Amino acid sequence: MASTIRVRATNNGEITEVQALIQHPMDSGFVKDSKGEIIPPHFIQQLTFEYDGKPVFVADWGGGVSKDPYVKFAFKGGKKGDELKVSWVDNKGATDSNTAKIG
Amino acid sequence: MMKLRSAICFGLSALALAALAFALPAGAADKIDPVADAKAFKKFFYDKFPKLKPEDFVNGPYSMDEGLHKQWVEKEQFPPYEFAVEAGKEMFTKPFKNGKTYEDCFPNKGIGIRQNYPYFDEKEGKVITLELALNRCREANGEAPYSYVKDEMAALTAYMAFTSRGKPMDIKIPDDPRALAAYEQGKEYFYTRRGQLNFACSTCHVQSPGERIRTEVLAPALGIMNAMPIYRSEWSGMGTTSRRYVTCNSQVRGVPFNPQDDEYRNVEYYLSYVSNGLPISGPGARP
Amino acid sequence: MSNTESKLSRRVILQGAGAVALLGLGSMSLGWPAFAAANDKYPAEAFKQKSDADAIKALYGKTAEASDKIKLDAPEIAENGAVVPVSVATTLPDVTSISFLVAENPIVLVASYRIPAGTVPSVANRIKMAKTSKVTVLVEAGGKLYSAGKEVKVTVGGCGG
Repeated sequence: MASTIRVRATNNGEITEVQALIQHPMDSGFVKDSKGEIIPPHFIQQLTFEYDGKPVFVADWGGGVSKDPYVKFAFKGGKKGDELKVSWVDNKGATDSNTAKIG
Repeated sequence: MMKLRSAICFGLSALALAALAFALPAGAADKIDPVADAKAFKKFFYDKFPKLKPEDFVNGPYSMDEGLHKQWVEKEQFPPYEFAVEAGKEMFTKPFKNGKTYEDCFPNKGIGIRQNYPYFDEKEGKVITLELALNRCREANGEAPYSYVKDEMAALTAYMAFTSRGKPMDIKIPDDPRALAAYEQGKEYFYTRRGQLNFACSTCHVQSPGERIRTEVLAPALGIMNAMPIYRSEWSGMGTTSRRYVTCNSQVRGVPFNPQDDEYRNVEYYLSYVSNGLPISGPGARP
Repeated sequence: MSNTESKLSRRVILQGAGAVALLGLGSMSLGWPAFAAANDKYPAEAFKQKSDADAIKALYGKTAEASDKIKLDAPEIAENGAVVPVSVATTLPDVTSISFLVAENPIVLVASYRIPAGTVPSVANRIKMAKTSKVTVLVEAGGKLYSAGKEVKVTVGGCGG
């Protein structure tokens, strides 16, 4: 199955800019379904970006982040062709990870 | 409040609306003239929004409001509908039980052809929309049809629209009285009031584009089909043309038709035709 | 507020002195669990708080001062409360953490980002807003906490809903 993680990383010399879009319901646990029952919380809690074995960005998320979450950040360093590793874990203990080449 | 507003709007725009709905040369009251209609339709919107370029109309409310535009641009950097497009692409090339795929049902394997839909099928004598064509493809290959208002159809049409992005809408009306009749029925549907709120499609999308219905900014009818299917923030997901038509009918407190009923296919035909030449922007994002 | 002051000064020492100061971390965590937790664990407690003040306390253990060196970008009127694009950039030096709070959300803390050295102190994300609310961004820089806020209107009710 395809990864839930889509990443675009581009380096312009000094800075590598990273955008990620992740397929995840991010249910907050505060919304009811059409039958009036609460949809249980189901959201990514931690999203980690690693470059060269070190975290360059870590997101701690709650159910208030939008569905199919998006995040953009940038870090100094990174080289075209190098890999960026992205992984997440959600409140149910599920995980996914993906790598992206810096372009 | 809406009543007062629509009364005022109706009064102000009645003349323009009448001119638009009945754009016929003098003495030719019975002649259906799509070419003249399309010209008048476009002129109405170009005159109403002189600062917009023709291609801006396909972005609906985002071309009507600066604050909305900015949020849209941000989201378009990495749009949430990417997943639906990818899902659609995967579905499109995955074989049916009999080994064939959707590619076998469509010209050019279904790539870059969305702008030709709907078309009038002269053998059958009816308008064929993309959604209808997709389900017919399924049935012809021994598969059960998909619901017209759920995710699968939305993903398939999103993928096909994506492969046509930028191409000009190119709807043809053959010189066939049945095609002209279908087109005219679609036009009539568009301008007919319905539901307890007594709104026609034109009430919002011709009389009031750029204005608000309660808190939402209304899209212009010109180019409105070019963005289909749409990923609505309200739905947190991709939805089909059928879904939008059905829910809009419910929202004016009318009884919706069934997805892909004559009325819906014909209005899609009319609306798409009068927007010929404007680029496909689908799948579109919307509030 | 002498407790806060002593917390702050310990934090500054921690950052400057590296490994040696960490020896003190164990005893600190008894009184201020937020410090230890913020370094590598998911701030579960902070994600339970229903007021800005409680969330800030749980997450950082200190109070924030307003700063004009933080640029918070959020719409005046959100297109839809489900997906509100919000971003922040700051010229404050030595940023270690950036967080977003939505005062009227059932859980006010929406997201907290750890900014390691070398990462640009700027984040863009898309958040949910239950209704019109003040959106606050917190920036932890050089051991101190700063904030900026903006009210974002969320409207409900369009074509039929």
